[in-house]
Amino acid sequence: MKYIDEFRDGGLARALAKTIAAEVVPGRSYRLMEFCGGHTHAISRYGLQDLLPAEVRLIHGPGCPVCVLPIGRIDSAIDLAVGRGVILCTYADTMRVPASAGMSLFKAKAGGADVRMVYSCDDALALAIEHPDREVVFFAIGFETTTPPTAAVIRRAAALGLKNFSVFCNHVLTPAAMVHIMESEAAPEAVAIDGFIGPAHVSTVIGYGAYEGFAECYDRPVVIAGFEPLDVMQSILMLVRQINEGRAEVENQFTRAVSRAGNLKAQQLVAEVFELRSSFDWRGLGEVEFSALKIRPGFAVFDAETRYGIAYRKVPDHKACECAAILRGHKRPADCKVFGTVCTPDHPIGACMVSSEGACAAHYTYGRFRVEQN
Amino acid sequence: MSYSRPLDMKNGRVDLTHGSGGRAMAQLIHDVFLRHFDNPWLAAQNDGACLPFPAGGRLVMATDSHVVSPLFFPGGDIGCLSVHGTLNDVAMNGARPLYLAASFILEEGFPLADLARIVESMARAAKAAGVPIVTGDTKVVEEGKGDGVFITTTGVGVVADGIDVSGDRARPGDCILLSGHLGDHGVAIMSLREGLSFETTIESDSAALHTLVAAMTDAVPTLRCLRDPTRGGLAAVLNEFASQSGVGMLIRERDIPVREPVLAACELLGLDPLYVANEGKLVAICPPEDAARLLAAMRAHPLGQDAAIIGEVVEDDHGFVQMETAFGGRRMVDWINGEQLPRIC
Amino acid sequence: MCLAIPARVVELLDGEMARIELGGVKKAISIALVDDVAVGDYLIVHVGYAIGKLDPAEAAETLALLGAMGRDADPANPQAYL
Repeated sequence: MKYIDEFRDGGLARALAKTIAAEVVPGRSYRLMEFCGGHTHAISRYGLQDLLPAEVRLIHGPGCPVCVLPIGRIDSAIDLAVGRGVILCTYADTMRVPASAGMSLFKAKAGGADVRMVYSCDDALALAIEHPDREVVFFAIGFETTTPPTAAVIRRAAALGLKNFSVFCNHVLTPAAMVHIMESEAAPEAVAIDGFIGPAHVSTVIGYGAYEGFAECYDRPVVIAGFEPLDVMQSILMLVRQINEGRAEVENQFTRAVSRAGNLKAQQLVAEVFELRSSFDWRGLGEVEFSALKIRPGFAVFDAETRYGIAYRKVPDHKACECAAILRGHKRPADCKVFGTVCTPDHPIGACMVSSEGACAAHYTYGRFRVEQN
Repeated sequence: MSYSRPLDMKNGRVDLTHGSGGRAMAQLIHDVFLRHFDNPWLAAQNDGACLPFPAGGRLVMATDSHVVSPLFFPGGDIGCLSVHGTLNDVAMNGARPLYLAASFILEEGFPLADLARIVESMARAAKAAGVPIVTGDTKVVEEGKGDGVFITTTGVGVVADGIDVSGDRARPGDCILLSGHLGDHGVAIMSLREGLSFETTIESDSAALHTLVAAMTDAVPTLRCLRDPTRGGLAAVLNEFASQSGVGMLIRERDIPVREPVLAACELLGLDPLYVANEGKLVAICPPEDAARLLAAMRAHPLGQDAAIIGEVVEDDHGFVQMETAFGGRRMVDWINGEQLPRIC
Repeated sequence: MCLAIPARVVELLDGEMARIELGGVKKAISIALVDDVAVGDYLIVHVGYAIGKLDPAEAAETLALLGAMGRDADPANPQAYL
């Protein structure tokens, strides 16, 4: 497959690994946080950590929108399906996330609720057109990559004058999450992260310019990395070089799909349909300011929250859950007392185990047989 | 026996009388099942079939229920799938299948034309395999209580003395072989799923594997394990073997054949080909000294032309299945809890 | 976040849609978020929408750079990584 296979070449990987190993200063620590479920997946699926020297440690940040979705929001989605009898359309990723009272969307479906897995929000719109007598709600999740399609579908619903379609909006923002990680300590210097691997497709939409303020303010290098394993490795090399040279710049490795400004058309559409929430409760991170979007009043008829009067009830995480520390890179999955025992992919307790992109789930599935380095 | 009116095979539908045991049911059985499955045991129309059985060897029996949706898909349908599936289950014990039974649960309102199409497909598959469907059953449930049709097939066969194929026989050092390309069936089904639909030339690989198995056991009687990677894919089979045998496995991604459109469909949907269903492939484990001979026997057979040695059995108390990625690192091939779902992130 | 694939446009369709092709698989997707799409373009596709275009010249440059790194890392074996 063109533009995919070339960036998975094992020979080039070995060469890059050698270069990284040669440029890493022995004994120096390079703690690199990635913010993208796709990167977490690539690192695990291709066994990238095996190809890196011990000095380079990859940390999984809160880049998985399913993991950071609070339990209370899933409860609301389940309530729409079970209590209000809507056709609830969702991406498959959310189906197995455990909510309150041992429920999940999967179990709600098993109990007779009309929950349907869709590949695209367009499929939800099509269902609304096909069933004018039924209420259809699309459960929207995701970072900035997934938000423009939701905006497009709301605009289309408005143009069609649909009366039975709405969106339960849980879109969140990447830079806000990154800032929150840096603000988690008294001073940025105390944060145990040396560099950031910037998300691939989020950046296609928002542009790499969106990170320049962050890099300068917190004095950390950011390299926007493409989606394939060679992209990630090349980006790691670029970060190692920046760290060695004491630079804190935004560099773009994913030049074939990311520009400085990003996709302006998509950004404009998002601004037309959505506005910032003053605060949003992130699972594992707590309340984060200006980190999420809600539907503008002009499109209120398509906003499931106003249409159904959804009230958010916060559900705290398990006391033993270490997700907050893991998401900040302070602790590793193996450091959590309940990892692999009470908390497994089959019975996830916290955010990091919930989706296969979460740090704990990825480690459990792919990495737990390894002996941990440093 | 003559009936007052012929069945309307073009526009007619199944109704509750067809399952009631009366003349309507007899007519359905005669006009549809007996007509297509056509063999002396079934024609005798007794409750069971009285069958000759070879002397020597051990009896193998297997049963499988088929609930696939959609009923008709590129490369097959629920009918041939139900025949192939049970023939394969019998064959995976190293056995030669001899007879099949088929029972149908039909939903009220199910079109007779579709039923005829399915039954004809089953008859073709059984005939091609040389294994007759000798007895069966028909029930009808009320509308809404079935998914059109559910089919359960049971097969019996005989495994020769000296052949001992079982999931707990894998030993460290043994070789792992795969008979061909992964993922064709799963992708063919998914391309028709509501909300996904993509265009692909990929067809289901549904096939009867018993003659391939016969060629394999003839060439390598020391064959240790055989299984077909249906639901859960290659990953499920290897994890099952590892668990049953108390060993680990190490496979190599670069040696596993997957067609490009299957890889592409999996990329599009965020699926891993290792977990996608197959209906005409098998996984075999044999002692290392016999691997070359086994591979040659597989490749000489039409259903094994693309066979490959994909890895080895290793010592491992944890029973992990690991894979060397084409990229050069290692990853686990985990035993997942439920069905693999598409993902967006 | 987030699974997106580069796919080639094989046909433009009505209603701001296009048919894309990847490795022999075809699908109709929305191009409402991207301007000036032509047959032969490569698009980045996520949840049934094109979210951007892939620049073939940049892709070639990235691969060339990776190839050069390969040669630098193992000068004894210059062809190994091409």
